[in-house]
Amino acid sequence: MSSPGKGKANPWAGSRLLALTTSAYILWSLIPVAIAITFSFNDGRSRSAWQGFSTRWYVGTREAAESVLFDPSLRSALNQSIKLAILTMLVATPIGVALAIGLARWRGRLAKASNFLMLFPLVTPELVMGVALFLVFANLYDFVSFGTLAQFLGHVTFSISFVVIIVRGRLFAIGRDYEEAAMDLGATPFEAMRRVLLPLLSPAILASFAIVFALSIDDFVISQFLSGGASSITIPVRLYAGARLAPPPSLNALATVLMLITILAIVLAGLAFRAWKKRSGGDESTIESLASFEM
Amino acid sequence: MPTNLQAGESDAVGQRRWVWPGFALPGVVWLLLLFLVPFYAIFAVAMGRTDPIFNRAVPEWNPIYWDVSAFTGVVEDLFSGQLGTIALRTIGYVAVASFLCLLIGYPVAYFVSRRSGKWRGLWLLAILTPFWINYLMRMMAWINLLSPGAQVDQTFFLFGLDPPSWLAGQHFVVILGLVYGYIPFLILPLFGALDRIDEATLEASKDLGASPARTFWRVTLPLSKQGILAGLVIIMLPMFGDYYTPNLLSGSPRTVMMGNSIDQYINQTTSQGGTGAALTIVLMMFVAALMAYYLVTINRATKEARE
Repeated sequence: MSSPGKGKANPWAGSRLLALTTSAYILWSLIPVAIAITFSFNDGRSRSAWQGFSTRWYVGTREAAESVLFDPSLRSALNQSIKLAILTMLVATPIGVALAIGLARWRGRLAKASNFLMLFPLVTPELVMGVALFLVFANLYDFVSFGTLAQFLGHVTFSISFVVIIVRGRLFAIGRDYEEAAMDLGATPFEAMRRVLLPLLSPAILASFAIVFALSIDDFVISQFLSGGASSITIPVRLYAGARLAPPPSLNALATVLMLITILAIVLAGLAFRAWKKRSGGDESTIESLASFEM
Repeated sequence: MPTNLQAGESDAVGQRRWVWPGFALPGVVWLLLLFLVPFYAIFAVAMGRTDPIFNRAVPEWNPIYWDVSAFTGVVEDLFSGQLGTIALRTIGYVAVASFLCLLIGYPVAYFVSRRSGKWRGLWLLAILTPFWINYLMRMMAWINLLSPGAQVDQTFFLFGLDPPSWLAGQHFVVILGLVYGYIPFLILPLFGALDRIDEATLEASKDLGASPARTFWRVTLPLSKQGILAGLVIIMLPMFGDYYTPNLLSGSPRTVMMGNSIDQYINQTTSQGGTGAALTIVLMMFVAALMAYYLVTINRATKEARE
């Protein structure tokens, strides 16, 4: 008698506790990072005692060579990360889009096996993939030297499947009616593809470009296993190498720059995704769209 | 005329039969050469030999000549040696960290998906934000806070307490690092599963006289089971392969996980590639069930989307 009564008398009691738990979680998840970002603007070498605001760790002077812009090792990590992400994006996206279209329409036993092969990288721990690629480049494909080329090949390998998953969702939603209508009206399969299917897929393709860029620039394990010397060190590898050595706040600045680049890529992906949802009549907000493809 | 049309049609059909495999071809070839062959290389190196002169691992590509001695050595070590301790520790860390992730993550996902009201978008944004911050940056943020004399120590001093050295072999620091690092990846699939539950189902339960608690245990929780399992698998797979979290937050032999041993054998020596590869196979045996479950889940989701 008393317990359902209580529930009815104060339906918000549970919610308040939940809201409190959620707020505590969010504070816990974001405050350490917020502090790290704050100290990237510290006007001193300390990362725990505030000495005034400064952008010296970002843009500093060329002579001091202590900023992201002018410290050679930080600058090189930034360059390497961006270079790899752009290369990966440009190669993995077209391959993934073609694979998604092929797998969605190709029937038979080989198609099933290919689909299985495509899913495997998604469920393989990155460490296993890193070891596998390291061993194959060291022992079999020894014409591939460790460094940018090996890292690029590795990044494309783990990115392709993500593109397939993103594009395939859109393909299923479109169905085959538009294409078949175009072919009934006399278009060849290739014309139907170029003038009907690809335009319909364009939001998913744009989203894929951005997601692959973000995946690549955020990658640590594959980049580390396949790096070859100082010139191929990426931002995450640089953070890993320097984090325990009492680094100056410039390392925090480098991490903050990486975060801003990632956010930019994801926001672009979200906008592309929203354009497509709108066109297909969905009423989801941009944030809901973001959530749906992070899953 | 009709025959012409037929000929044209069968041409188009013939052409179309090869179009789709043709589209898939570059991707399939890429994955064969750079995923499947490398995967096989793990076995070739694990079952290969060590060159006595150059002291480096030599792979054996032909399974007929596989030498399983390095692999059996690793398996023996797993049952009676150092590796056994490391494997148990890895399982312990992953189990405790996953449990804590679920304990914290479930109420958060539940609140944001079903109770967050008109500010839902903002709450969702807050739980998505960690996704856009690099894992290494998030670990570095904690290193900053936990370093000797830094903010956490200062707080302890404030209360006249003597802080332990956080970053030198503390099990709980590594476990909390794992929880902090991976919990967003559990919350999101859980959010999705809870979000899909129809409010009418819960209303029905209430109308039939169930208390809120009973509704939760008998309706909401069972309906979110898929999300719980998916979330747990998604975080457990990378946790089993983690080596950077214990390295960054401790660096002590006391907190070595299986990933650390693999990293050590592969990245830091040239002669022990065989052992490293054998360890990787052992690790895969540990996570095979998780990988299979995840594979089946993705495949099922695709089939549902297709229909």
